[in-house]
Amino acid sequence: MDPLTAKAVIGLSIAAVVLVSTAFLGDQVVSRQARKDRVNVIYWEKWTGAEGQEMRKVVDAFNKSQDRVFVSYLSISGVDTKTMLATAGGNPPDVAGIWDNQLYEFSDAHALTDLTQLAHNAGLNSSYYIKGYWDVLNYRDHLWALPSTPASIALHVRPDLVPSEVATPETFPKTIEGLDALVDKISKKKPNGDLVMAGFLPSNPGWWNWSWGMYFGGKLVDGDRLTLDSPENIRAFKWIGSYAKRFGSKEVQNFQSGFGAFATPQDPFMEGKVATEINGTWKGNYIRVYHPELKWFAVPFPYPANRPDLEGHTQLAQDVLTIPRGAKHIKEAFEFIRFVQRQDVMEGLCSGHGKNSPLEKVSDRFFTTNVNKYIRLFDRLARSPKAFGPPQIGILPQLQNEISVAFQEVSTEQKTPEQALHDAQVRVTAQWQTYKSQVLDR
Amino acid sequence: MSKRDARVGLLFASPWILGFLIFLTYPLIASLIYSFTNFSILRPPKLIGLQNYNELFHDEVFYKSLSNTLLYVAGAVPLSTVVAIALALLLNTKVKGMSVYRTMFFLPTLVPMVALGTLFSWVFNGDFGLLNEAFHKVNDSRAMDLISSARSILLQAPYHKISVPPPNWMGDPAWTKWTLILISIWGCGQAMVIYLAGLQDVPVSLYEAAELDGAKLWAKTMKVTLPMISPVILFNVVMAIIGSLQIFAVPYVMFPGGAPARSTYFYASYLYDNAFQYQRMGYASAMGWVLFVITLSLTLIALKLSEKHVHYESN
Repeated sequence: MDPLTAKAVIGLSIAAVVLVSTAFLGDQVVSRQARKDRVNVIYWEKWTGAEGQEMRKVVDAFNKSQDRVFVSYLSISGVDTKTMLATAGGNPPDVAGIWDNQLYEFSDAHALTDLTQLAHNAGLNSSYYIKGYWDVLNYRDHLWALPSTPASIALHVRPDLVPSEVATPETFPKTIEGLDALVDKISKKKPNGDLVMAGFLPSNPGWWNWSWGMYFGGKLVDGDRLTLDSPENIRAFKWIGSYAKRFGSKEVQNFQSGFGAFATPQDPFMEGKVATEINGTWKGNYIRVYHPELKWFAVPFPYPANRPDLEGHTQLAQDVLTIPRGAKHIKEAFEFIRFVQRQDVMEGLCSGHGKNSPLEKVSDRFFTTNVNKYIRLFDRLARSPKAFGPPQIGILPQLQNEISVAFQEVSTEQKTPEQALHDAQVRVTAQWQTYKSQVLDR
Repeated sequence: MSKRDARVGLLFASPWILGFLIFLTYPLIASLIYSFTNFSILRPPKLIGLQNYNELFHDEVFYKSLSNTLLYVAGAVPLSTVVAIALALLLNTKVKGMSVYRTMFFLPTLVPMVALGTLFSWVFNGDFGLLNEAFHKVNDSRAMDLISSARSILLQAPYHKISVPPPNWMGDPAWTKWTLILISIWGCGQAMVIYLAGLQDVPVSLYEAAELDGAKLWAKTMKVTLPMISPVILFNVVMAIIGSLQIFAVPYVMFPGGAPARSTYFYASYLYDNAFQYQRMGYASAMGWVLFVITLSLTLIALKLSEKHVHYESN
């Protein structure tokens, strides 16, 4: 072999060795926390910061509680997409912490392990959980996840920014019409029309645009039928449009573009740019961290005056623990999930997050020690028969995107509520038909 | 070339050849096959013929994202080309410390796209962004008072303070695409360097001949400089078209979900959503191939249109 060819062969051999070693050692690197004497369960979770620390405490407690299984906790961004891709690649984590509204798409895609039998054997059933939360976890008669932390949604109010006669949970307006009148009274504008403080904005924080129809008694899915343009949803979107008219759509856009990010001291509610804000149980925890001296209270979101039957409605949201399909240690992974469901463990975790518990039984200590001073309200809302979760449909991401587009079209006065919802209905119906033929009927 | 040379050459090139085959050729062929399948990543692909393409051509969001993208290309390519040529012309002059200026104008292209998106979110913020702050300063300036006074005197109309309302760059659907088109200027340093290299290749004798004929700066630029760098312009324009058709990172960071009302929802974003959010790999693959055909067509059109205007030295 001539010297040049020999050099090339040596170079390529070294490159090949590095490549192969990397591939083999990659698994070891991922399992840095792993214990060789135990079954290693890989757990991917979305949380970082204080919420991540609380979950890490639970993981540590589990690892100390027995000597057979060791859970390696890994905080990662984009946990949903990464879990899906890792599952497709045949190397998923054993436990993945995703969001409840992803369960249906993941389940239809065969990305999750059915937990029905495992939960049944462990004595975890509907009577153990608050009904609304349990229902969300069950799809097509199978259980796909168990909760890590849940939440309910309520209206958060700054008493210093509303008149004293409505500055308590008892005296705050109960109806949407009452809220609107209050907003007209307290919102502040500059002489040129620029907003200085808004009493309320449906577009803030803008995370649940799909759920507004439900606050007016509507549904997005009725059996097999999509009902985005139902009278209740149109009414909700007319109400959303009334805020664009009330403040001016461009003025609202300008005003909101100056809002700081959530989970920062520049949060618009904490800064006093909005007097009220619809948000989840976790909001109190962030106020405690970033603006501890801030005075606030929470009330159920108001209902339409002609629909008193909707009083006490709320939206339910959950962070959930799943076992991706193809996980290597299903039994051990479920052992950890079962540990999280223990009343004392769950209460400790939820308390640390400032959230309510998903369990039917809650200790008095949980209420007295929870960092959220309105935790009893959030617990009561979660148990309300008017509580609703995300629509159980596999095209939920598309549905939410289309509703958001309709929301923006109405907020920017590009379309009437009827037109925007009709267009969204047409688009989603076409997507639903394709989904049924390509995913469900396969 | 001897057999030995060929063997050694291939051996040295083999990492690239392997990379090309594994990471480019295979995905290319696979995506073409997947484009004719129903493929949700987690289940094996199932052949469905032309269904994905058929659905694509009846998909309203596909047309929306395509029109957004083509509008962006139509705005960003000419603007960044003009700015890059202008900068290259300026940086081709003999001024002290020119290498420092050249570096300064090239540096912005090194900023990662995500950082760029975050940075411009602050610059274009409607309420307290740097750009609108400048608008406010101009509106409050003495110059605007003088203009307003002059207007009222000239028109013999009552005094009315003139002010230019700052646009809501990121919240108003009428402005959002223009915001991104303006941002595209930020990355023109790469093209500028190529233009600069082209400019330095223009023979000095041509300028001297033009000067003898009495040509001034404008005439020299239009009749000598631009024709001489026309192949470079063509190359940069084609590359800019290809790059602009694939715009993704900056709008993804600045305008999540293509907000407001899909005014910034581009082709690549819709492709990404189909692939990774809706798990429709087959549909996304079909989108990829349609984008390839569009890119190829635009490139061929650019080449055809340029035939009469591009001057090659070999001609």
